[in-house]
Amino acid sequence: MKLDLILRVATKLLCPFILLFALYVQFHGDYGPGGGFQAGVIAAAMVILYAITYGLEPAKRAVPPAIAQAMIPLGVLIFAGTGVATMLLGDNFLAYNALDHHSPVHGQHLGILLVELGVLVTVAGTMVAVFYAFAGRGR
Amino acid sequence: MNSQLPALQIVLPLLGAVLCAVLRKGNLAWGVALVTSLAMPVISGLMLQDVLASGPISYAMGGWAPPFGIEYRVDAASGFLLLLISLIGAVIMPYARLSIAAEIAEQDVPWFYTMYLLCLAGLLGIAITGDAFNAFVFLEISSLSTYAMIAMGKDRRALLASYQYLIMGTIGATFFVAGVGLLYSMTGSLNFVDVADRLAEVGTSRPILAALGLITVGMSLKLALFPLHVWLPNAYAFAPSVATAFLAATATKVAVYLMLRFMFSIFGVSTTLANLPIGEIFVTLALAAMFGASIVAIFQENVKRMLAYSSVAQIGYITLGIGIANQAGLTGGIVHLFNHAIMKAALFMVLGAVVYRIGSVKIDALAGIGRRMPITMGAFVIAGLSIIGTPGTAGFISKWYLAVGAFEKGWWWLVFLLVTSSLLSVIYIGRVIEVTWFRPLSKEGEKASETPLSMLIPTLILVAATIYFGIDTSLTAGIASKAADALLAGLR
Amino acid sequence: MAVIESIIQHYNHWIMIFLMVSGLYIVVNRGNMVKKLVGLSLFQTSVYLIYITPGKILGGTPPILDDAFTVYSNPLPHVLILTAIVVGVATLALGLALVVRINEAYGSIEEDELFANGEDGT
Repeated sequence: MKLDLILRVATKLLCPFILLFALYVQFHGDYGPGGGFQAGVIAAAMVILYAITYGLEPAKRAVPPAIAQAMIPLGVLIFAGTGVATMLLGDNFLAYNALDHHSPVHGQHLGILLVELGVLVTVAGTMVAVFYAFAGRGR
Repeated sequence: MNSQLPALQIVLPLLGAVLCAVLRKGNLAWGVALVTSLAMPVISGLMLQDVLASGPISYAMGGWAPPFGIEYRVDAASGFLLLLISLIGAVIMPYARLSIAAEIAEQDVPWFYTMYLLCLAGLLGIAITGDAFNAFVFLEISSLSTYAMIAMGKDRRALLASYQYLIMGTIGATFFVAGVGLLYSMTGSLNFVDVADRLAEVGTSRPILAALGLITVGMSLKLALFPLHVWLPNAYAFAPSVATAFLAATATKVAVYLMLRFMFSIFGVSTTLANLPIGEIFVTLALAAMFGASIVAIFQENVKRMLAYSSVAQIGYITLGIGIANQAGLTGGIVHLFNHAIMKAALFMVLGAVVYRIGSVKIDALAGIGRRMPITMGAFVIAGLSIIGTPGTAGFISKWYLAVGAFEKGWWWLVFLLVTSSLLSVIYIGRVIEVTWFRPLSKEGEKASETPLSMLIPTLILVAATIYFGIDTSLTAGIASKAADALLAGLR
Repeated sequence: MAVIESIIQHYNHWIMIFLMVSGLYIVVNRGNMVKKLVGLSLFQTSVYLIYITPGKILGGTPPILDDAFTVYSNPLPHVLILTAIVVGVATLALGLALVVRINEAYGSIEEDELFANGEDGT
């Protein structure tokens, strides 16, 4: 791997801000454009950018493939778990109103937050896992 | 809790799939898949009972009332299909453990069960949903997991078959979603019932007919209607045996259901059949499938591939029922959908057992093994007789209804063609029976012995079912006739 | 004149049809498996436009209720197509993964070469 100082420094500087932006998109999804899917892709893009500049091995040390792969079912579990929770609280699947007894609006907020968190985890995990799977082939 | 059954039907296999992916141990994953698959027929059975007693069930996903939210809707037709899919899934699972362990690399086994459960969730989802776009999403869930399952086959040609299916299947699904898009821009709704209502106001315009055409072609690709079937033989021949048995029994049937749903319930019989020559096209293509695919089947060396071509031919009978489009004909098509699923699953499971014992399904390798594994090959004979349509088996019932439907339309020539095409299946099934029972034992056959019980019993259950449903038709034909009534009446 | 006018008024449909047919043409005509997938993606993308273009209402605002506005764009097509894009990405990823495996197993991704030596079954 050729050392390219500007790229390496710029990547290192950018990474935390990319992640921050991902989290902003995630949590601002309640009020404006955004949400778990976009945030997941942005977060995964950070890992991919890191892997492109520093090589696959350092990236795999930072985000081990096992974690990326575990994130895929974990996110779905969070999503489906929210749905099951609403069912256990006596309402329909994913009917967030049931999540808060006092105010359905709060229930909706909480539900969306949890579901989007699940989406974030799954999407980020999937993107990184797909990248690792393709990048790691043929070496 | 009863009111939550429609959601559980989908959520349980989905959660099971996730659990399999988390556990990553072959036997644990199998255990999860077994428990979920066995729970499925209980749920769908309870729902069907409800539907037959008190009419369609509607379930508002997320508490958003239809037509704005996604509605899960179970009526006689979808309840019947749900029961079929979940029964097949439940019968195959006990069988799967040994077969999968023998045919798939160890590290892939948990992923296979993940894909299997995802596919199950997708297929059940198509049957249960009352929302057109949701149906597309479930269609793709089941298709993507199917491609992955096929690619897990041992032979490297499985990869090519999977790729071919991916291209064809995606084109089909995209056609479907394009049709739904046109419908949506014309009616402003995606809910089946709501779209049907609004179509009555919109009337028949060119975009509506284009939508009907796109959806019909898209689904014809997925259900392997005759000239669009080229993906099917290789996909079935090279997929792992369990996947083949499951897909042959369910995947194409679900596509048939979705097409029926759109053609009859949403567009309505009058729009569908009066404005486009769909009935005539279907009858022609069905006949081409019944003869063309059966003749090709006769010349196959690989028995699994032969049965795959036979599937194309049998799908011809189902679409023939749609083309006839009167009560008896449609009942015949729907009954055949059920009966064919059972007998084809049984046949592919027998071949899975043969692969397990001798590692090949080439017709020469099968010579004489009937004497080594008599019960298994006996099962093949009975299920084969049902494919032919021998009286006393399930296959006869469906052909009987089709013939009645053809008579009512005054198409007596069709009855003649039905019988002739059955003779072709006598040739290809008979050839396998002759080779397996009356030829001297092949070299590969030396190591054959009776199938292990965990694989034999599920196969025998399905074979028993082909006989049972050939004699007592109150369940199959009864519900199918109700479903045909419901489809012909439309949702309005 | 009326014909030209109707063509211009429905220009989004013409773009859609052009993309759809060229995508399908690539899928059918190309032997290279990666190029086929590119065509497939193009084909899928054209269908996204069927949903997106009628969703835009001239002069409409984002669908956030406010007394100052009366015309809103329809948000549903965007959500639907976001889902469809995800499905398309998953299909593309799976297709490319299959192509990688095929290349490892056969050493080629040209259909002519693969099917030349009787690999299509039998």
